[in-house]
Amino acid sequence: MLPRFELYQPTTLPEALGMLSETGGNVRPFAGGTNLIPDLRGGREQARKFVSLAGLDDLRFTRFANGRVEIGSLTTVSDLHRSHEVLRNAPALHASATAFAGHMVRCTATIAGNICYGSPSADLLPPLLSLDANVTLASAAGLRILPLSRFNLGYKQTALKPGEMMTQISWPQPARGTVQLFYKLGLRKGDAISVISAAVSLTLKQMVCTHARIALGSVAATVVRAERAEALLLGRELTEKLIGEAAELAADASAPIDDLRASKEYRLHTARVLVRRLLRQAAEGPGEAGSTRRSTEG
Amino acid sequence: METSKAIKLKVNGKQLELLAAPNSTLLEILRNNGHVEVKCGCEKGDCGACAVILDGEAVDSCLTLAWIADGSEVQTVKGIGTEATPHPLQTAFIEEGSVQCGYCIPGIIVAAKVLLDENPDPTDSDIRVALSGNLCRCTGYTRIFSAIHKAAQVMREGAQKNG
Ligand SMILES: Cc1cc2nc3c(=O)[nH]c(=O)nc-3n(C[C@H](O)[C@H](O)[C@H](O)COP(=O)(O)OP(=O)(O)OC[C@H]3O[C@@H](n4cnc5c(N)ncnc54)[C@H](O)[C@@H]3O)c2cc1C
Ligand code: FES
Ligand code: FES
Repeated sequence: MLPRFELYQPTTLPEALGMLSETGGNVRPFAGGTNLIPDLRGGREQARKFVSLAGLDDLRFTRFANGRVEIGSLTTVSDLHRSHEVLRNAPALHASATAFAGHMVRCTATIAGNICYGSPSADLLPPLLSLDANVTLASAAGLRILPLSRFNLGYKQTALKPGEMMTQISWPQPARGTVQLFYKLGLRKGDAISVISAAVSLTLKQMVCTHARIALGSVAATVVRAERAEALLLGRELTEKLIGEAAELAADASAPIDDLRASKEYRLHTARVLVRRLLRQAAEGPGEAGSTRRSTEG
Repeated sequence: METSKAIKLKVNGKQLELLAAPNSTLLEILRNNGHVEVKCGCEKGDCGACAVILDGEAVDSCLTLAWIADGSEVQTVKGIGTEATPHPLQTAFIEEGSVQCGYCIPGIIVAAKVLLDENPDPTDSDIRVALSGNLCRCTGYTRIFSAIHKAAQVMREGAQKNG
């Protein structure tokens, strides 16, 4: 049995924002519930008032126009997985949606729920960070836009203020020829939380790197960008030697922990291996779908 | 605290009004109202035994609040086919010997039905993605895969004849 709680069911965004602000901030958005229901059942979630977002159909969309990509906060992981436009324009994000949970959870889990839960193992976060995504936060007082890199502040800590909810995630379309890759290392191939994950977004002009983003999941309290490794790549030719150096620097960006899925040492080692592998793959060109799926190989 | 209210659900084609509290799951109200063909395994979204088709999408009913499902159409394994008029998937599962204890099968039939509705000729890899949220402790999955391939073929041939 779930503990008793109250559930409000607005049908418009203004109505939802009113409900979120009214109760002095101790009321929380409820999207797919795939984190909230297990947490309520397991005693890990203390909130007892929720605003269901399920009636806000207008927040379920994917738009690709005028050089920008905009995804509504209630878009499900399976919407991303089924979208040919996501596959074509954001192949790393598409790969992360495919490697995500199991089919039924994908059909319910939302993109904003994944971001707002604030877990470092959230699969959609490394690709979104590597795309320089912004998040739009709405409250009864108005809107603000924040870079995703400033949204996840710590383990399950976000920049959301009481009364706020996320309405949209957006990013500029990467330059033509940008290679976007994602890799999830899990204990098995289906329905597993990541041991570690990595996303890379690289633009190469005659093998010289003109834009680099590297993001790692499950290696610290939040998903992190390997900024020193990115800076090292910029303006340089992507040689095997440079790839090796960048992989070392990327592992330095991580501060992993021991947990039931893997040891700290294993995570540091695989951070290096994954980044090296993805950079090599980027050097070889976009390949078939331009993306990798998870695998259990170390 | 808010109390229970009546919610409307169309379950396997039949319009029902069921009493549900804010914290009732779709799984609980289905089972409490006789739909025990929907199985309760983990109640955490891990096993898929509780899967139903909600407005065309396969979902875990243990992770779905009854109030949020209000006004929806639900299909359980019984709505997919009956003993008298089984769905090709159900026939194929029997013919291929795909069922051992049977606990996972209602959820697996649901996930496979949604797959075949979208993709009449799935590869092994398509089936793996579609069944990624279903656990079977008994069979090792091999005969579940062969049954899904067989049902897909039967349905494609049926569609050719009729079309
Ligand atoms: C069996 C199982 C397997 C899973 N596997 C994976 C996996 O492989 N990879 C992975 O990354 N995750 C996994 N998850 C976790 C979960 O499915 C995801 O994090 C999912 O994206 C959460 O989305 P939701 O809509 O269900 O969020 P909810 O549970 O509804 O909410 C999660 C949190 O986000 C907040 N929130 C939701 N929407 C908004 C919004 N619009 N604005 C502000 N706050 C909001 C809620 O208040 C809550 O704190 C798994 C979960 C289960 C049960
Ligand atoms: S009972 Fe719902 S997924 Fe296991
Ligand atoms: S047949 Fe027993 S769990 Fe699948």
